Amino acid sequence: MPKLTRQELDKIRAREEEKLKKRDIHGKTTHVVVGMGTQGISAGAKNVLNALSDEIEKAGLENVILTQTGLIVSDKAPVVEVFSPEKGLVVYGNVSVKDAQRIVKEHLLENKILEDKRIQVEE
Amino acid sequence: MAYKNYILVCGGTACESSKSEEIYKNLIAEAKALGVEDQVQVVLTGCFGFCEQGPIVKVLPEDSFYVQVKPEDAKEIIEEHVIKGREVKRLLYIKEERKPYEEVEDIQFYNKQLRIVLRNCGVIDPENINEYIARDGYKALEKVLFEMKPDDVIEEVKTAGLRGRGGAGFPTWMKWNFSKVAEGDVKYVVCNADEGDPGAYMDRSTLEGDPHSILEAMTICGYTIGAHQGYIYIRAEYPLAIHRLEVAMKQSREYGFLGKDILGSGFDFNIEIRLGAGAFVCGEETALLQSIEGHRGMPQPRPPFPAVKGLWGKPTVINNVETWANVPVIINKGGKWFSEIGTQDSHGTKVFALTGKIKNSGLVEVPMGTTLREIVYDIGGGIANGKRFKAVQTGGPSGGVITEENLDTPIDFGGLQRIGSMMGSGGMIVMDEDDCIVDVAKFYLNFTVDESCGKCAPCRIGGKKLMNLLEKITDGKGTEDDIAQIKKVALAMQKGSLCALGQTAPNPVLSSLRYFPEEYEAHIKEKRCPSGKCKKLIRYEINQDKCIGCTACARKCPVGAISGEVKHPHKINQEVCIKCGVCKQTCRFSAVEIK
Ligand SMILES: Cc1cc2nc3c(=O)[nH]c(=O)nc-3n(C[C@H](O)[C@H](O)[C@H](O)COP(=O)(O)O)c2cc1C
Ligand code: SF4
Ligand code: SF4
Repeated sequence: MPKLTRQELDKIRAREEEKLKKRDIHGKTTHVVVGMGTQGISAGAKNVLNALSDEIEKAGLENVILTQTGLIVSDKAPVVEVFSPEKGLVVYGNVSVKDAQRIVKEHLLENKILEDKRIQVEE
Repeated sequence: MAYKNYILVCGGTACESSKSEEIYKNLIAEAKALGVEDQVQVVLTGCFGFCEQGPIVKVLPEDSFYVQVKPEDAKEIIEEHVIKGREVKRLLYIKEERKPYEEVEDIQFYNKQLRIVLRNCGVIDPENINEYIARDGYKALEKVLFEMKPDDVIEEVKTAGLRGRGGAGFPTWMKWNFSKVAEGDVKYVVCNADEGDPGAYMDRSTLEGDPHSILEAMTICGYTIGAHQGYIYIRAEYPLAIHRLEVAMKQSREYGFLGKDILGSGFDFNIEIRLGAGAFVCGEETALLQSIEGHRGMPQPRPPFPAVKGLWGKPTVINNVETWANVPVIINKGGKWFSEIGTQDSHGTKVFALTGKIKNSGLVEVPMGTTLREIVYDIGGGIANGKRFKAVQTGGPSGGVITEENLDTPIDFGGLQRIGSMMGSGGMIVMDEDDCIVDVAKFYLNFTVDESCGKCAPCRIGGKKLMNLLEKITDGKGTEDDIAQIKKVALAMQKGSLCALGQTAPNPVLSSLRYFPEEYEAHIKEKRCPSGKCKKLIRYEINQDKCIGCTACARKCPVGAISGEVKHPHKINQEVCIKCGVCKQTCRFSAVEIK
């Protein structure tokens, strides 16, 4: 008996490719960025980040890359930026965990901007 | 929960020596201490190649490229980057601000590179077989075992046009075919990982960063020629590479990629490691096989070639590490794909270890046909410290110098030979105006004289003779007849030596004579070393107008050769001076001059 059959190898490869793909940042087109400055963190940005991460994982969105930044400064923390080829850059303010779930469902999956959460930021 | 960040730590030997292991451990410990160990995966990978800036730590998905990282920086990386999401600016290679969704500005060093051999180095954890599998690992073996006949494999490698990367550039498919058609049911596959050229570490890095690719390739060859046993001959001085190989072999056996009935194909193959003591001549294939058999590593006359009569008299394919690393890719992507990379003469890529007077030293992999100018200036960033380019030595102690006029020659096996050098295994040492060409030739010759096994007279005696002639020249005692002598001895060595060590040993001398005749002449006729390197031909003198009498040099001089009163110009006693040059380095007023 061989230790590993071809079928088993196929399974391992599929599973491991999946895992390694998360490290691959090429070909990802949509970026979700959570503002994690000091204000952001105290306003609950961490929970928002976790929620986004869970929802993106659940939805199996492979072209999305979730990052955090300390650079966004706003009085509407927590701030989430979504940058996609379809809609360009959209910034959301005062994002809650619920909103995070909506961002994944509506913006990322259905390609609809959440107009009620959208904020304007000057460059 | 899914990981949010991935931290890749460069774990090659170059960075190992600068504490990457400690950085790795500290990152894990800090992530634990700060309670984010489930959010970040820390991976110790193979070499990133950009050794000049090592140790390198790359954080994904932001693609932050941190350089010259110290173990103490681990805390800040976890605290700032992972937890607060702020890049640690002071460690970034490119410090300009950017929006997270903007691409990282290209790092020049990587721009012209194409990574086939080093495809997994710096990308996967070499001690984790699953990560290799995820990157098409063992897919080529599977394809070969179940979908290809041995002749198909040979045909594919032939179409690819793969030539040996160990130095001579022999077509790999031919070697395999000789062994395949050779009579006998016992055959062997050998990996040459002896790598002894000064300045070379391509093979070591490949083994450290992607050991499974070598195991996979050797097994493919075993199936092709009908061998069931492989040996990896590696020098004992490469402990990390050996360790990674051992781990890989263990995992590979557990999964059943090595051993009996591989993947249910009915094919059996095993690999063992053989340690070499680090003699350069043991890299020569016949000497290497002698050494595996337990004899003293001395070259044997060829023919018979190892492919027909090798290890214990059996047909043996012996290939270099880099040659092996190409094989799985050729099988996966096809020989045609591979043959389209490079030049008419040489296909695929070549890995070079770029060292010497270059800004960005490191490991680079470029398509064949890339020019030396691109490697030195675009990838290497040019000459360090604003000095003038003088030459590049390729082919190590068997090669020669390449000068400014040939910088635009496309690099391939034939091209380098035409300009009097050779591909060799891939060491590339850059020289600037401060390097004396005669001294460099002496350095390489000294190496081959030391490493000669002494079996045949032309190499043993000829090498010494050449060395004496060069020493005479750098001592200022050379005569014009010496050049003719050099050429005569060189010819005798080329014609009469048994192995390539002796045959090629005169190359550095001959090639430097060809391109820098005026520099030899300066030593011989004017008793002058233009780059101020040959100690017997120079004098250090203190310019009496520039010296302010600070006494700094006098205090530093190890033999007390400098005297003078405070605030008065100093003097060097030439009888006592050993020409160490410390005074010149010390003086802040450029008062010490070489005459
Ligand atoms: C003195 C000497 C040293 C050599 N050292 C090495 C070496 O360290 N590694 C290597 O792969 N080939 C070395 N070679 C070349 C080998 O003899 C042989 O050509 C090579 O292993 C064949 O593999 P390839 O066809 O894949 O290049 C050396 C040759 C000579 C003459
Ligand atoms: S050429 Fe030199 S190294 Fe080679 S066999 Fe002769 S003595 Fe030994
Ligand atoms: S260090 Fe320079 S300035 Fe000072 S005593 Fe020596 S030569 Fe003179």
